[in-house]
Amino acid sequence: MAATAMNQPPAVIYMKRRKWGELIGLVLGLFVLIAGAIWMLLPLVWMLSASLMPLSEVIKVPPIWFAPAKYSLGNYIEVWGRVGFAGFFFNSVFVAFTITFAQLLTSSMAGFAFARYQFPGRSAIFIVILSTMMIPFQVIMIPLFIMMARLHFVNTYWGMIIPAIVSPFGIFMMRQFMLGVPKPLIEAARIDGASEPYIFGKIMLPLCKPAIAALAIFAFLGSWDNFLWPLIVINSKQLWTLPIAMSRFTEQYISQTHLQMAGASIMFIPVLIVFLLMQRNFIEGIALSGLKG
Amino acid sequence: MATQAAVAPGRRRWSPQERREALWAYAFLGPAFFFLFVLILFPILFAFWISLHDWSLIPRDFPLIGLKNYVEALKDPLTLKSLRNTLVYTVGAVPVSMTLSLILALIMNQDKLPFRTGFRTAYFIPVITSWVAVSFVWVWMFEPRYGLVNAFLALFGITGIKWLASPVWALPAIMIVSIWKGLGYNMVIFLAGLQGVPRELHEAAKIDGANRWQSFWHITFPLLNPTIVFITITAVIGSLQVFTPAVIMTTVQGEAGGPINSTRVMVYHIYSTAFRYNQLGYGAALAFLLFALILVITLVQLRLTQRDVDYS
Repeated sequence: MAATAMNQPPAVIYMKRRKWGELIGLVLGLFVLIAGAIWMLLPLVWMLSASLMPLSEVIKVPPIWFAPAKYSLGNYIEVWGRVGFAGFFFNSVFVAFTITFAQLLTSSMAGFAFARYQFPGRSAIFIVILSTMMIPFQVIMIPLFIMMARLHFVNTYWGMIIPAIVSPFGIFMMRQFMLGVPKPLIEAARIDGASEPYIFGKIMLPLCKPAIAALAIFAFLGSWDNFLWPLIVINSKQLWTLPIAMSRFTEQYISQTHLQMAGASIMFIPVLIVFLLMQRNFIEGIALSGLKG
Repeated sequence: MATQAAVAPGRRRWSPQERREALWAYAFLGPAFFFLFVLILFPILFAFWISLHDWSLIPRDFPLIGLKNYVEALKDPLTLKSLRNTLVYTVGAVPVSMTLSLILALIMNQDKLPFRTGFRTAYFIPVITSWVAVSFVWVWMFEPRYGLVNAFLALFGITGIKWLASPVWALPAIMIVSIWKGLGYNMVIFLAGLQGVPRELHEAAKIDGANRWQSFWHITFPLLNPTIVFITITAVIGSLQVFTPAVIMTTVQGEAGGPINSTRVMVYHIYSTAFRYNQLGYGAALAFLLFALILVITLVQLRLTQRDVDYS
């Protein structure tokens, strides 16, 4: 062994050491990743577990992780029915779907205009749109509330939906993506006599599926998670969305942890399922927005 | 092109084709621009107008008071406390989150790493989980008696941190949650950035005898600069606007921001001033203060971090 090691040129020894270094790096890295993944998932696993347990099990010291023998759907039935989450769930879904649809429509149309036409004011309008991306919602929420009040939209679905039907970020994202669509495809359709709405709807949109999927995800999650605006604009219980309903747990159902966890799980599970099904779009979309923004 | 440029812009003749295109463009742009104008541009001006008045929810005459709201805001100890908390939260959470997510992305970027997709999924699940749900779960995680955090710390002989009930630990507890939630998002963007670093550069450095650290510091890090700038700026902007966890995790008897205002952040301060205490004018002024803070910090960051790196 010693003899062969001596015979080897230094570069080879170096490469060998490097191999070992890489392996150690890999093992250490795996260890870190596993520890991190446990940290990531543990709270949510515990949430799901606690959502199935009666309160008496949840508040045991030391904490119980799993009690399969005591699991039941009782908490869900109570939260869904008596607490009223069925209605809140519907409100959340309805508002989120409407907002997503509206944002997709306004963003893809505006993106199409920027990506495909030359017109006076093109760059000026685009700069205005970009700069509105910098405006924090907190600045406009007070005037928006006053406007909604004047229009009698306070405490209605409209009040929740209208402020979110246009998204500067969405316009920007669709424009970026549409600029990447090969021009000859569009020109060919024009020469064939296709109308502009036809080109937009039947040629451009199908080519933009990845961007549409990503934007739909952002819009939906943004609405699903929105807490501040519904808190301001909604007060009657029939219109509560899930975040508002959950926040009321801090008042009405304080320390009813088993019910809180069932409520949190109701918010979590549908999104998780969609995420697991559409994972690629999610992550590509985020990478897309990150790299281009 | 040359003839177009020669004609003065105001007197340029539009061919029927060009005119048709422009009309279609405005038609497609119309809905978005209309709503953008009504829902963002006009409200900004309106917000400024409101901030100059003693405005409230109850209809009455709102006296014009000039910049008094702003002066008052800067003198109000509660505003200063909220500003301080917001900054502490940002300075505490963002660097830790960035460092951790970069380390994780570097580990994930290794060629031979097994289960890469599985790990990515695991780290991304907190990102898609709603803030309200997350806040409730972590309230329970931080519960001093039954919670898992203290149970975990007990393994190392550390006992009795009161977390959300303690003026010292409540804000760090919220930071921990936001780091936990944002890690996967930053990691995915870092990974995308790392994949843009040309492989040949590392190979060349390897042949020249550079070790992994040198290779990272002199190749990866400079080329990752645009990604780092992007994540820092978006993370700081997001942190300065923190709201949901700081409210849900600290609400006791309908009042958030406690204990003793140690977790009162700017957005809650604005919300509370405007919609709970009915001082819309004052709230609007506070919102502009937050906006100014975001703007200044973003510009400073851009100045500090912007540099061009081109190795091609």
